Amino acid sequence: MRSRRQLVATVAAVLLTAALGACTDKEATGGDSTAGVDDGAALTLWTRAATESVSKAYADAYNAKHKNKVTVTAYPNEEYPAKLASAAGAKALPDLFATDVVFAPQYASQGLWADITAGFAASGVKDKVSPGHVRAGTWEGKTYAVPHTVDMSVMLYNKDLYTKAGLDPEKPPTTMKEFAEHARKIDKLGGDVNGTYFGGNCGGCVEFTFWPSVWAAGGDVLDDKGANAKIDSKEMADVFALYRALYDEKVAAPASKDEAGPTWLGALQSGKIGIAPGPSVWLGLIEEKGVKMGVAPITGMDGGESTFIGGDSIGIGATSTKQAQAWDFLNWTMSEEAQVEVIAKNKGVPIRTDLASNKYSSADPRIVTINSLVAKGKTPYAKNFNASFNDPQSPWLQTVRGALFGDAAKSLTDGNSAISKSLQQS
Amino acid sequence: MPTTVQRSSQRPLPAWPAAEAARRKGGRARRRSLVGAAYAAPTAVMVGLFFVAPLLLVVWMSVNRWPLLGAPTFNLPDNYAHIADNQLVGSAVWFTLKYTVLMTVLLFSLAFGLALLVQNRRRGVGFLRTAFFLPMAVGFASASLLFLGLLSDEIGPVSDALRAIGLVDGYVSWTSGSSASALGSTMVLVLWRFAGFNMLIMLTGLQAIPVEVYEAARIDGASRWQTFRRVTLPLMRPTIALVLTLMITGSVLAFDQFWILTRGGPDNSTTSLVMVIYREAFIKLDLGSAAAISVALLAVLVVVNIVQLGVLRRRSS
Repeated sequence: MRSRRQLVATVAAVLLTAALGACTDKEATGGDSTAGVDDGAALTLWTRAATESVSKAYADAYNAKHKNKVTVTAYPNEEYPAKLASAAGAKALPDLFATDVVFAPQYASQGLWADITAGFAASGVKDKVSPGHVRAGTWEGKTYAVPHTVDMSVMLYNKDLYTKAGLDPEKPPTTMKEFAEHARKIDKLGGDVNGTYFGGNCGGCVEFTFWPSVWAAGGDVLDDKGANAKIDSKEMADVFALYRALYDEKVAAPASKDEAGPTWLGALQSGKIGIAPGPSVWLGLIEEKGVKMGVAPITGMDGGESTFIGGDSIGIGATSTKQAQAWDFLNWTMSEEAQVEVIAKNKGVPIRTDLASNKYSSADPRIVTINSLVAKGKTPYAKNFNASFNDPQSPWLQTVRGALFGDAAKSLTDGNSAISKSLQQS
Repeated sequence: MPTTVQRSSQRPLPAWPAAEAARRKGGRARRRSLVGAAYAAPTAVMVGLFFVAPLLLVVWMSVNRWPLLGAPTFNLPDNYAHIADNQLVGSAVWFTLKYTVLMTVLLFSLAFGLALLVQNRRRGVGFLRTAFFLPMAVGFASASLLFLGLLSDEIGPVSDALRAIGLVDGYVSWTSGSSASALGSTMVLVLWRFAGFNMLIMLTGLQAIPVEVYEAARIDGASRWQTFRRVTLPLMRPTIALVLTLMITGSVLAFDQFWILTRGGPDNSTTSLVMVIYREAFIKLDLGSAAAISVALLAVLVVVNIVQLGVLRRRSS
């Protein structure tokens, strides 16, 4: 019980620091933000565990050729927003911090990042980087964050199980109906093999993997300003109904209902799941376990293709005193050198749309498939994204649970107004 | 004897004038109170700095719109008015109450039972006392993670063991399968972690009861139940008051166990009030609203504690 009180004490201490900090004016100083400075500054960079390896690869490559030295610290995904909020309250933000791209509008609106509009405009890559990320990092016409990593949702399927079930491993489904058929066929293999898998208790997982099917069918999830939900549509209801049927028929692994995220990758790595939507960056992680995987775009009910363009945005901490040096690093990460030799070389998706096909991508046709999706995908935009969709207490997760395991029609109608209300909170 | 009395009564009174005596007495009292203040100063400074100041600040924060960076703006009573609009608060209050009642009853019964079990010196009692207290040595967050692992269908042994003896069948999720199993797993964790600690407090209470009282009860022919009802319970009242206060406060402020084990699920069925405060502060970044709920919660807790201690103290006197 003491630790519960400790938590309250910690919160109080954070609030105290926040208040003390609020008494002083912003002290952040930076040089000319359009040109970076490489003068041997020690820069701190925070990121979430999910994308730690990419941030570290950037930092290592940058440190090798620059006087500035970037040190990367990663925090567990769930704890990261709280860590950032306390650091901001204490005016102790790192020089650079990355965040899930969908959370970027919230941080930009709260002024946690320094204004990098001038530098970004002068960088010459403004029109060549992932537009969804750029929009997410823009607030009231000013740029606060630039793209850092790209992660997209794709269909991942187990080629060995496809062969065993008598399906052609080179012919992935082209519609969601076909996806369901394939999953059912593979599920018939029996034993501990399951047709598919999804994160039924994880708002973030469901939006990342289900929304592309809605987009591919011509529907939408949010209005352009991120102020109103549009989830009470036929397109959304169809997608939920399909996954619900797969769960009811036990084609989806029973653990799908309780999957809150942490064991999602493990389930796909087990090699016991036929086909499931998931993050493109997992391709390598699953194959490490000796599972032969194929990659296909996520489709709509009757065709079409789309993807959720996720990943991370990064900006300069508003309280940093080394903003010019931090910009030098950011500017470099968007260079062709960094995108090809750090990202593409490690089978990642470049943040630069003009570098989608590069000397490394052509070596693996699956990478070409993934990179080609960037043009067809979307990054949803809303200031209150985390509270409305990703948080375990979000109205979206409640909607998802109802749509998959409860009263589907009522959940989508009620959820639509609850989410809209949450999105509109100032 | 009489001579002695006479002699002492004849002893001359001190010759100091009354004012002098009062002055000396006053000086001594002042000195004593200064020494007392000096002894209390370090604690007072700590309490002032780390409790009173943050508390005042939270109250101030609760009447302001408080951005993470930048100047706050006064907005009374918005933050308090919004508490009523927050649907999550309603369900969290209800859940926290339910949890507090269940947890307090179970934890109290278990801890008191354990304390009675190991009250008297017998063979093996030392071992039992240590065994019951040992879970307290594990940090609460670590204990929650330990249970998360143990109860996991993927990596934990509990489901496998229960399947082996035929108690459960197929896939089972203890921490998020149903609201009852999520609450149940959390309660087992809290019982395991805190029963020993509360047992220890009650053991010290039991051992403070003089043996003579029990002997007198025995001589009067009191049965075991009568002894417990008429001797043990009344003399344990101050200890029980302390333990109940700790348990109720702890349960109302529950956070770690739900945050780690159930993440408030399934379907928000195990979302405690402190989790709502956390969501307001760190997910919505609305520090003013989080502070308002904290202040309201604090007010409720203070009232509960005053009533509780008042009732228990009155009865014990």
